[in-house]
Amino acid sequence: MNEPTDKSPQALKPLHEWPLWEVFVRSKQGLEHKHCGSLHASDAHHALQLARDVYTRRQEGVSIWVVPSQAITASQPNDKAEFFDPSADKIYRHPTFYAIPDEVGHM
Amino acid sequence: MSTSVPSTAPVAYVLQLADNALVLGQRNAEWCGHGPALEEDIALANNSLDLIGQARMLYSLAAPMVDAAASEDHLAYWRDPEAFRNYTLLELPHHGPLAPNARQARDFATTIVRNFLFSNLMVGVWAQLQNAADAQLAAIAAKAIKETRYHLRHAHDWVVRMGDGTETSHARAQAALDHLMPYTQEFWTHCVAEQAAMDAGMGLDLAALHGPWQAQLADTLAQAQLQLSPVQGFVSGGKNGSHSEHLCYLLQEMQSLARAHPQAVW
Amino acid sequence: MYTQALDLPDGQAAPAARAAPSDSALQSHFDAKMERDEKVEPRDWMPDHYRKTLVRQISQHAHSEIVGMLPEGNWISRAPSLKRKAILIAKVQDEGGHGLYLYSAAETLGTSRDQMLHALHTGKAKYSSIFNYPTLTWADVGVIGWLVDGAAIMNQIPLCRCSYGPYARAMVRICKEESFHQRQGYESLLVMMQGTDAQKAMVQDAVNRWWWKCLAMFGPPDADSPNSAQSQRWGIKRISNDDLRQSFIDATVPQAQVLGVTLPDPDLKWNEARQHYDHGAIDWDEFWSTVNGNGPCNKERLATRVAAWEEGAWVREAALAHARKQQARALKEAA
Repeated sequence: MNEPTDKSPQALKPLHEWPLWEVFVRSKQGLEHKHCGSLHASDAHHALQLARDVYTRRQEGVSIWVVPSQAITASQPNDKAEFFDPSADKIYRHPTFYAIPDEVGHM
Repeated sequence: MSTSVPSTAPVAYVLQLADNALVLGQRNAEWCGHGPALEEDIALANNSLDLIGQARMLYSLAAPMVDAAASEDHLAYWRDPEAFRNYTLLELPHHGPLAPNARQARDFATTIVRNFLFSNLMVGVWAQLQNAADAQLAAIAAKAIKETRYHLRHAHDWVVRMGDGTETSHARAQAALDHLMPYTQEFWTHCVAEQAAMDAGMGLDLAALHGPWQAQLADTLAQAQLQLSPVQGFVSGGKNGSHSEHLCYLLQEMQSLARAHPQAVW
Repeated sequence: MYTQALDLPDGQAAPAARAAPSDSALQSHFDAKMERDEKVEPRDWMPDHYRKTLVRQISQHAHSEIVGMLPEGNWISRAPSLKRKAILIAKVQDEGGHGLYLYSAAETLGTSRDQMLHALHTGKAKYSSIFNYPTLTWADVGVIGWLVDGAAIMNQIPLCRCSYGPYARAMVRICKEESFHQRQGYESLLVMMQGTDAQKAMVQDAVNRWWWKCLAMFGPPDADSPNSAQSQRWGIKRISNDDLRQSFIDATVPQAQVLGVTLPDPDLKWNEARQHYDHGAIDWDEFWSTVNGNGPCNKERLATRVAAWEEGAWVREAALAHARKQQARALKEAA
């Protein structure tokens, strides 16, 4: 039933991971969505569900946004250009951000 | 359906609701630390917490009707298996048919399909009980229905992911459904406690829920590309006190420490 | 607490600053940041060793939270009241959540959840060794809340000011939740110590078994910790192991007195001159033996995590497969 998993690092295909999502929550009395952190989920609907479980602990009346982490474009840090990692303009460098197969399109 | 004079919910029915919540809450908590992904571990723990919360409120409602000295813990820890009135469906372990002292790994498909079948019923039950003549029961129902809708959505989504996922997941989901569907016959059989609740203005009308339950089931299974399993064979009787061999083990594990210290407060 | 592994040699010697000439400006800029106590954020340049140290420390902290769910989770099914059962599930769930925040912070450094779990499952990454001991009675649950979480809080509060932004922010969130856990653990012990003789004996027995292990959680004496100085310069580790351990003892002794338990150390006594409690010798041989894999539960803890991961593979695959099918359908419809 379970195929033995090849455990060597080279065999770890990043795409077997659920994609990474950034989570933003606005509390019931809040004025804006705040970034809470990230989680792994298989798609947007799943991400919303899990965000509710993980980042709001089932609170009522909150608004949740989930965004694929690699879809976020970040401004330049305050430092001068030569002092930061020029990994395009992603929020951070993640092994899965740059390995999407063509047939999946935008995730 | 409220009458001009408030009625009290029949205690036997409240205990049935409480036992359902406790037994399923206990089962779902078994996944804690063992889930297929950290995020899902947290989701199942939430599910379990909701159910145990419901059980506590219902036992607290029932307690004074049972005995002036009774408490929620008295009802949960000091009743023997034959006194429990949960559906047999909920006491089953997280895998296919096997004797309690045989061993098999937990199967996520069994857990999810069971949650789906039960939550699908309870959204209907809580919706009705919101109109109960017993104000406390109505209040519990109003809280529980929100939680149960969420449980149903979570379970539905996973049934669809498994049914319309890989060949392996599809096979497991179908096997779980084939195993568990016959236990749902129990939802619709006659039961003295349920009848008393129906007669006492609690708003309960189980027959009226059968159609919507089947409709939701058909919709979910269609999306999941799963076959509706035959609903036939042995009809379980947990809600009438006739349980499987599994309940005794579940309760012994749950109750053993409390019973070892009868005078203790925790 | 969970950062004890930071000070353990990890098989690679800490490289001396071998910055290539073109990196020297970057290094000075970074060093100046450390001097000014400024936060480093994910896209800032950072020395390779700083990045690697953080990935190791944060991921091992995350692994500790996940593995830590097991000894406490062991008592969920048998909790002696519904209230305690609910509290324990919520606590174990919180620990899962903390693991998640920490994996999330580590992923901003260029590693993935799967890579970190692979390191844990193959034994390359460590987790806090305190979780290699068994929870033998219900009182262990309360004692873990009081002592283990208490020690963790001591270690974690300084990390809220750690130089790496995502880690510091995760720690702020975690610390808020942990103090709640410690109070709940202590409160459950208070109730037991006011209860039956059997309950009191259960608590004292648990304290006897966990006290010394908790002191060892802070890590070896600073004289034996080669990496401390570097970590302190980087604002990753701000207070020494010995100082944290001393603070913990000083805070805990009065708490034990209120409970009415005896801490199992005949050498524990107030030193008026130092204004601290003197204490007996910790068995560092036993500590190292457990850290290196020979504790009572090491094999079970790891095997349990590996089993959950492997048995859950089909579930994770199913979700991905379904998401891809949905994507393909959506693309087809759009075409």
